[in-house]
Amino acid sequence: MSTPSPKGQLSRDEVAHLAHLARLAVTDEELDLFAGQLAAVLDAVAQVGKADVADVPPTTHAVPMTNVMRPDVARPSLPREVVLAGAPAAEDDRFRVPRILGEEA
Amino acid sequence: MSTPVSAPLTSTDAAELGRLLAAGEVSSAEVTQAYLDRIQATDGDLGAYLHVDADAALAAAGEIDAARAKGEELGPLAGIPLALKDVVVTEGVPTTSGSKILEGWRPPYDATVAARLKAAGTVLLGKTNMDEFAMGSSTENSAYKVTRNPWDHDRIPGGSSGGSSAAVAGSLAPWAIGTDTGGSIRQPAAVTGLVGHKPTYGSVSRFGLIAFSSSLDQAGPMTRTVLDAALLHEAIGGHDPLDSTSIDAPVGVLAEAARRGAEGDLTGLRVGVVTELGGDGHTDGYEPGVLARFAEAVALLEGMGAEVRQVSCPAFDLALPAYYLIAPSEASSNLARFDGVRYGLRVGDDGSRDLDEVMALTREQGFGPEVKRRIILGTYALSSGYYEAYYGQAQKVRTLITRDFTSAWDDVDVLVSPTSPTVAWPVGARVDDPIAMYAADLCTLPASLAGLPAISVPCGLSDGLPVGFQVMAPALADDRCYTVAAALEAAQDSARGHRFLDGLATPAGGAA
Repeated sequence: MSTPSPKGQLSRDEVAHLAHLARLAVTDEELDLFAGQLAAVLDAVAQVGKADVADVPPTTHAVPMTNVMRPDVARPSLPREVVLAGAPAAEDDRFRVPRILGEEA
Repeated sequence: MSTPVSAPLTSTDAAELGRLLAAGEVSSAEVTQAYLDRIQATDGDLGAYLHVDADAALAAAGEIDAARAKGEELGPLAGIPLALKDVVVTEGVPTTSGSKILEGWRPPYDATVAARLKAAGTVLLGKTNMDEFAMGSSTENSAYKVTRNPWDHDRIPGGSSGGSSAAVAGSLAPWAIGTDTGGSIRQPAAVTGLVGHKPTYGSVSRFGLIAFSSSLDQAGPMTRTVLDAALLHEAIGGHDPLDSTSIDAPVGVLAEAARRGAEGDLTGLRVGVVTELGGDGHTDGYEPGVLARFAEAVALLEGMGAEVRQVSCPAFDLALPAYYLIAPSEASSNLARFDGVRYGLRVGDDGSRDLDEVMALTREQGFGPEVKRRIILGTYALSSGYYEAYYGQAQKVRTLITRDFTSAWDDVDVLVSPTSPTVAWPVGARVDDPIAMYAADLCTLPASLAGLPAISVPCGLSDGLPVGFQVMAPALADDRCYTVAAALEAAQDSARGHRFLDGLATPAGGAA
């Protein structure tokens, strides 16, 4: 049985790192708030470590199903203008995205 | 017990509305207008709806009335108004999932649930408030507004489907659709005195429900009566090729199960009372009034011929920690789609920032605190080095919970418990304490994790506030939930002399 590392502890730095991984530009105030709250939550959820799960398989899904296929038949997609109408920015019939390379264009 | 003859349209249950519409005694336009008037008069205080389009509702009602006048064949739900939780995607109708990140978005397609209800001829009154991305038990995590409990405006309406519960309990809709991931149909139904059913996982399509935790999310009915819930469930259920987890089986004869239950004969039904959900040694956090109403309801079932026994499900003690690892983990993955590129909010795109920065600013500004907490927790639980101890361990606990159910079904036909440990609490009481908020889901989580059907039906009042009774059944045996709930409802209605919701005094300004 695997036991979670010492009581659910999440440092402010760890929360900042996780927020970065999840692309959340959290503020200093949020870091202070979340570090405390998440430590308490982690403490509570770490109780799963108490269960004896030797030889117990994981359940990923309530309904065991694999490889559900639909017929390989082409069907129309949504019209381009309808899809682009909901985009924050569009240009030349495409989604316009912020620059993706580090240097100035 | 059916609706009193003199009842106004806005306190008539949906089954009866359907009968009146089919008989030509009222028009859909009249019913729809009555609800719109009441929304206009009372929703400023209640805060149930995020979006109401009166013109569109009346136009849809007019079409049904015209079709009926021409003698067209219409289904039993045609012309009955309805409210949808704002997590259900609706073509051309604003859909936010309670989040600022989707403010102003008009989806280009209908969810299967919305499409089926449209095809059945129901009239969409509007979209209801909810905890952001369905994360919460009080609807206070909505990015838009607070929704109040019609029984006491200083209390929460439950969550996350709290706009739907407040709308139906407050007579601002005859019935509504909610979604349930860990209890988000059943708990709000319980604390507002409604019937709320979470169907067997996979039996109602998830296509077009904005995803929170995909292995748990299910849509279902929130209604005034058990029969209404069964009718609404039949309309939305059944196989959908657009959802790869959809079960290819018929939805079942649920309304018939409810009618049979209402006859009050439960002879031979084996009922298990779950020890771990409020039983001996497990009463911490449960209000005495809730346990008293629950015990009385169990006695009523016994009086109708049910054989009641205690059943122990030890793994249920770990349902809460397992759920609060699995759901945030799936959410952290699902919510990665909100990247400010294809739809919704984009912040900081001024030409100087790159994609990563714009994405992080967009998500920071678009998501509220509970959503951020869960994304961070889920990211942690899935990260290398912690995965086995947290997410992997939680999935194994999920197996243990399912095994507890499976062995219970050897001895009993249904399992019962209170729906939630407490009645509705005051607005604001738990907002700064996530653990206290999560505890509201204690009783509803096991059936969610095992993918089983479960219903909440009112079982009386504690301190003047509604208490819910939960009935859980094996996969695809949703009919048993309806039978037992209808039996309990009928027995209580007849002892009380009126329907449960008739005990809710009409709040000021709502004479419709």
